[in-house]
Amino acid sequence: MGEKLLMKGNEVIAEAAIRAGCRHYFGYPITPQTEIAHYMAKKMPEVDGTFVQAESEIAAINMVYGAASAGARVLTSSSSPGISLKQEGISYIAGAELPAVVVNIVRCGPGLGGILPAQCDYFQAVKGGGHGDYKMVVLAPCSVQELYEMTVEAFNISDKYRILTMIMGDGILGQMMEAVEFKDKEDIISPDKNWATTGTQMKREHNVVTSIFINPEVLENHNHKLQEKYALITENEIKVETYNCENADIIVAAFGTVARIIKNVIKMAEKEGIKVGLIRPITLWPFPERAFQKYADVPKAFLTVELNAGQMLEDVKLAVNGKKPVHFYGRMGGMLPTQQEILDKIKDILK
Amino acid sequence: MATVFKRPHALIDVPLHYCPGCTHGIVHRLIAEVIDELGIEGKTVGISPVGCTYNNYDYFNCDMVQAAHGRAPAVGTGVKRVNPDNIVFTYQGDGDLAAIGTAEIVHAATRGENITTIFVNNAIYGMTSGQMAPTTLMNQVTTTSPYGRKPEIHGFPIKVCEMLSTLDGAVFVERVSTHDIKNIMSAKKAIKKAFQVQMANKGFAIVEVLSACPTNWGLNPLEALKWIQDNMVPFYPLGNFKGKDLEV
Ligand SMILES: Cc1ncc(C[n+]2csc(CCOP(=O)(O)OP(=O)(O)O)c2C)c(N)n1
Ligand code: SF4
Ligand SMILES: [Mg+2]
Repeated sequence: MGEKLLMKGNEVIAEAAIRAGCRHYFGYPITPQTEIAHYMAKKMPEVDGTFVQAESEIAAINMVYGAASAGARVLTSSSSPGISLKQEGISYIAGAELPAVVVNIVRCGPGLGGILPAQCDYFQAVKGGGHGDYKMVVLAPCSVQELYEMTVEAFNISDKYRILTMIMGDGILGQMMEAVEFKDKEDIISPDKNWATTGTQMKREHNVVTSIFINPEVLENHNHKLQEKYALITENEIKVETYNCENADIIVAAFGTVARIIKNVIKMAEKEGIKVGLIRPITLWPFPERAFQKYADVPKAFLTVELNAGQMLEDVKLAVNGKKPVHFYGRMGGMLPTQQEILDKIKDILK
Repeated sequence: MATVFKRPHALIDVPLHYCPGCTHGIVHRLIAEVIDELGIEGKTVGISPVGCTYNNYDYFNCDMVQAAHGRAPAVGTGVKRVNPDNIVFTYQGDGDLAAIGTAEIVHAATRGENITTIFVNNAIYGMTSGQMAPTTLMNQVTTTSPYGRKPEIHGFPIKVCEMLSTLDGAVFVERVSTHDIKNIMSAKKAIKKAFQVQMANKGFAIVEVLSACPTNWGLNPLEALKWIQDNMVPFYPLGNFKGKDLEV
């Protein structure tokens, strides 16, 4: 058993990254994730790492691109408007098959929007956001303990597959103080990065990191290779929590902090004789379709609850594939649904 | 018999794809000769731009990273911060460095990022077929300034060396040209010093190289060299702006 501390979500991400062997952080300040940068600015010099406050999120993600090319474990973090600026770099990182971790502590939009919690960047994260046929692994933790574990996991996944992994949270999670129990030693994988641009030392052919392949046949092959990798990740890395789904009258789909609210709703509903199940996708990409298929025959209906206008809803509908109605309840602009609101919606559906 | 002329080891033995009379090839050769002379090929990492030289990773024998348009100084920052023992250079055109990548170059310079930038100013967007660049001269005709560059419509050309030499982090700033042998020799000296500045951990170094794009200027190779001398040099004065006496 390792040490148990009471810590803020954002700081836990930073601490976890350092424990995972990340020694390079590049970022630009934006609420509600700035504590990550504060923590890194303080801690990186103590572990011989580097912290660079970049001139923009565009520069920060391109510094990440450079550091990843050099073979390092590297992190950047931001919130929605900043993540939009990072899309160029994200696409290049995907094309060049570099391992890197990006944190998005989502705030409400569109535009400058507001600084309160939201889940309105789901589409951007799982469907593309940047240009080209690419995917990144998207992890959606729902507690400070999970922020820690998944940050470490994110670096491992990235290194294993040479892919970008995003940790997607919201301001509630980032600002929340909760107990977190750290391991004494992390399980870190360290594959040979013989492709990295560290200098040939005159001992090997030169390495080239690039995302441009002008020859169409070569580029199509490169795309096929990427798609095969994405299929492999879909096979191996899906994570999902299912709770109370056997014999459920209705199954709610929710991720991140919303899933915590749903767990309380489940208790309230139980008192009224309604059995509510929960499917909580932990990897938003790859999406846990099979969990929905497995339970598609069980409830009378599904309900997706999100802090947006209905984004994961589309993936839930695709997974349920018309077998049962899929309803939606969402709040936006930083407003949070109350447990009673959600229960009322459930009763309304089951009427 | 003594060898007086051979291909530098740092330049891979393949034909370059540049147009006849393009001076990008000369700049490549100068960089490669400098890398050879300083014995740093094994620890050098070059950052390729977006522009006609996007694939100069096929030409330099050292490790290479291809960067998004204008972002080479940020990418170079990432590489250098991870492995400070590497010698990192960016190779950038005027669209890449002085338009889309203005923020990245200014901030790499002002941070005193210990990297070397070779900035090839040909007063035009070569790769995308001759559009106006931030460095396009007044009255110069391009595909997007077909009536000539006019101040009231297009504003004025950027003098990158003059601008960057105001920054404390930029310790070596020099403008050179490729229009004749004498100037090519001076260009090589400046490029060498810009790498030595980095090897001595002194901070950010940049060499701006006035360069020809005969294809998009609509001139033959010789006319293009003369055009540099007659039109570019008077507007972009050659010489050292900073760091001439820096000990390296
Ligand atoms: C984000 C982005 N915008 C635009 C382009 C298209 N583009 C490719 S090269 C180039 C201009 C390059 O000009 P310069 O940097 O002067 O290099 P040169 O070809 O003259 O050496 C542009 C606009 C691009 N590749 N990426
Ligand atoms: S278009 Fe201009 S810059 Fe590009 S290779 Fe040809 S001459 Fe050189
Ligand atoms: Mg140009």
